[in-house]
Amino acid sequence: MELLRKLEIDARLIGMLSALAVIWLGFHILSQGAFLTPRNLWNLSVQTSAIAVMACGMVLVIVTRNIDLSVGSVLGFVGMAIGVFQARWLPELWGLENPLTAPTTLVFAMLCGGIIGLFHGVLIAYLAIPSFIVTLGGLLVWRGAAWWVTTGQTVAPMDGRFRAIGGGIEGAIGSTASWVIAASAILAIVMSMLARRRRRAEFGFSLRPAWAEALVIILAAASVVAVTLVVNAYPLPPGIARRLIEAQGLAWPQGGVHIAHGFAVPVLIAVLVGVVMTFVTKRLRFGRYVFSIGGNPDAASLSGIKTRAVTMQVFGLMGMLTGLAACITTARLNAATNSAGTLDELYVIAAAVIGGTSLAGGVGTIVGAMLGALIMQSLQSGMVLLGLDTPLQNIVVGIVLVAAIWLDGLYRRRIR
Amino acid sequence: MAETRTPLVEMRSISIAFGGIKAVEEASVDLYPGEVVGLLGHNGAGKSTLIKILSGAYRADSGEIHVDGQKAEINSPRDAKALGIETIYQTLALADNVDAAANIFLGREKLTRWGTLDDAAMESETRKVMARLNPHFRRFNEPVSALSGGQRQSVAIGRAIHFNARVLIMDEPTAALGPAETAQVGELTKQLKAEGIGIFLISHDLHDVFDLADRIAVMKNGKVVGTAPIGAVTRDEVLGMIIGGKCPPGAIPGPGASL
Repeated sequence: MELLRKLEIDARLIGMLSALAVIWLGFHILSQGAFLTPRNLWNLSVQTSAIAVMACGMVLVIVTRNIDLSVGSVLGFVGMAIGVFQARWLPELWGLENPLTAPTTLVFAMLCGGIIGLFHGVLIAYLAIPSFIVTLGGLLVWRGAAWWVTTGQTVAPMDGRFRAIGGGIEGAIGSTASWVIAASAILAIVMSMLARRRRRAEFGFSLRPAWAEALVIILAAASVVAVTLVVNAYPLPPGIARRLIEAQGLAWPQGGVHIAHGFAVPVLIAVLVGVVMTFVTKRLRFGRYVFSIGGNPDAASLSGIKTRAVTMQVFGLMGMLTGLAACITTARLNAATNSAGTLDELYVIAAAVIGGTSLAGGVGTIVGAMLGALIMQSLQSGMVLLGLDTPLQNIVVGIVLVAAIWLDGLYRRRIR
Repeated sequence: MAETRTPLVEMRSISIAFGGIKAVEEASVDLYPGEVVGLLGHNGAGKSTLIKILSGAYRADSGEIHVDGQKAEINSPRDAKALGIETIYQTLALADNVDAAANIFLGREKLTRWGTLDDAAMESETRKVMARLNPHFRRFNEPVSALSGGQRQSVAIGRAIHFNARVLIMDEPTAALGPAETAQVGELTKQLKAEGIGIFLISHDLHDVFDLADRIAVMKNGKVVGTAPIGAVTRDEVLGMIIGGKCPPGAIPGPGASL
């Protein structure tokens, strides 16, 4: 404990990482060594992305003492909308496989989701309808709307560049690019920590000892390197590797070639969202207002904060992130189906809550929620690997969720 | 008294009703620089409501507020703060989940030149303010919920005085405090008064008010019973004003005085 305090590392975070380690090792042993493989971890990271992106928004929603039950349905609706948008409308405008299709679709999806979220936000903040009810209505309305877009038809296939957003072979950036990203990430970590230290020193505040600072930097850098090694250890399937080699006019050698997957695009998107959202919550006024509204709405409004506008914006942000998640999901399936995102709202809420977001409001972190998403997805994917039936999987996830919140409650009461 | 000077704040014929019930009716009070006006009355007499109109939490149905002799529009807490009117609420109105600096600067955050929160600068100023109010305070990086009652009070006071307040509204500032902390608030009140700040002191406690106030205003059933300089009335007479609405000869009767 003393060491953790010196390092200024949150004990909660350590707890979650240990839980994750236990889950991973447990599945690894139970599956006779099939869980902790580059291939499985890579797929796990891709499967986690959409939920992790939405969990970032859900943290803010729950911190302001609200809830959003509609994200799964909104994801379904936006998924259908972008399916039609890029598979039917855009090709008529500028033909198939236009390089502008993917970015335009991305903007369109975030706009759609954002507008839906703002609409929910207006009902909640200005008409004072409880968020539980508004988004429960939204859950039904948007799922129905998702069906209406094409009267239930699945739209496929998606644009090639757009598919990269969902991962898969197109969405693997390869080993060189992965190392470039890893190096920049480490550089960014070092710079931001040094900047913070310099700022505190300017005002003569207490600093953590230099060795602690160095240890934290080393730990952070080591994790980045470890993750990069893992994703680079997962080779492309031989058939695809061969096509790539031959496309460059080279001969396919006898023993084959190891071409690494590297990071998956959706994972990079999720991490970027996590970094941006952490910045928003910790460094911007908006984030400070969100948390103070959650801590004491009256105090916030007496301090001159426009609490209703902030609440509305939080839902708008949630909607935008849901739109982004819709892109990831649609691209990964390479199809828009009206059932996409079913039950996602519950996984997203569970991820946020397992990650330490308090349903009473005012407390929560983005990092925690993303780890929560990873824990939820690890459980699920581990059980799939073990060949458990879906009903049994649901039972386990349900029990784990309840037990996790109970343990968390015990922990919180003890530190008080 | 100071009738030749311009009052710092003058509330004229303020009325407000909630769902047909008149919480404040035709109430007028004023406040001069460096003066402490004690606002007295039972629970529900309308004193907190009247003062919340001045601090921007409520909007009056009718009546005018003048600051420095100029008519002022106060439609939100932000407007009041822009005029230098700060409030220490009875409930303290602190966001429990964030630290002292975040509370003191809530709604008025210091930003770096990139538009991000300048936490180090805010903490530094918070240290200065708290050194004055509560010299032993060290818990700058903990949420306010972890602080003691007196420390929380200091944070609430710090928030009010840090931004060069000219008018300070203190709503039951000592209700939740022990004797030592109450004395400290009394000292601070005198100090602020000496700096020329006008203070509205709302209290149940006659002892507090007689100790600190220059003038009193008594409210009953939403109306002002009367106002009086502190030397012109006795405690029993003030009690009579609070309970019976009887205006003694030393006081200037208001619309709420019973005949």
